[in-house]
Amino acid sequence: MKFADFVCFEATIPELDSRDRDGAIAELVTALDRAGRLKRGRREEIIKAVIKRENEASTGMGKGVALPHVKHQGVRDVVAAIGQSSGGLDFAALDKQPVYTVILILSPVKNPDKHLQAMESIFRQLQQEKFRKFLRQAHNPEQVEDLLREVDENPSLL
Amino acid sequence: MQSGPSADTGRLRMQAGEDTLENVVCEAIVQIRNAAGLHMRPAMQFVDIANQFDSDIMVSNDETVVDGKSIMQMSMLAATCGTKLRIKAEGQDAERALEALRQLVEETHFHEPTPEEEKKH
Repeated sequence: MKFADFVCFEATIPELDSRDRDGAIAELVTALDRAGRLKRGRREEIIKAVIKRENEASTGMGKGVALPHVKHQGVRDVVAAIGQSSGGLDFAALDKQPVYTVILILSPVKNPDKHLQAMESIFRQLQQEKFRKFLRQAHNPEQVEDLLREVDENPSLL
Repeated sequence: MQSGPSADTGRLRMQAGEDTLENVVCEAIVQIRNAAGLHMRPAMQFVDIANQFDSDIMVSNDETVVDGKSIMQMSMLAATCGTKLRIKAEGQDAERALEALRQLVEETHFHEPTPEEEKKH
């Protein structure tokens, strides 16, 4: 699965205003809502559901990246939004380090396989130190989009 | 390689025997049975158990071989329900490690419902 198939580039937040985890999640869900990717009036519910999931087990996988996610009836299809925090956020990450890149993923309740395919695409690239570094250095939405589209074209680029 | 004098051969054999005792290699093919597949939480459970053992754990599907002790790598497998994975454990506690991981995947299926169990709800 390509990034362009599920990442909403319009919703990229190059510098999150929030200094805390829940605020960052709310910003990204709101950005997806503004981009028209959520069903109407579901924003608050989705924010709560993502935070609830995050409280059950942190999605801060280490190496400065967190992937908060939830399966929710408020989305029609798998969709992701990327936010960055140059100051770092406390996500209670596995390696106890701050998180600089947040990739929020919302998936419909049905079709768990598509959710897994999106995860697979993300993790395949996140393995690469260069990818994590380039992503963190992308300071505007265009740079994030360019990086992801380049990787889509040529997955072994990095 | 030419075999040396019989005494040497005997010694070599014994060393090989000791090595085998210390460094066991075990493999099993397991099938993902929970409906949601190997998403992040199941992957974390797998990695947690794998890390309780000294043995190296490698997990593979048809395309990729990953380190069973790394959450990023395990998540990359994105194995859907029904997928078969090969688990290879290598080390002194390989057998125990493999059995613990097999149980997690096939018997408790990550403490999540199978497709049949989901339908009942």
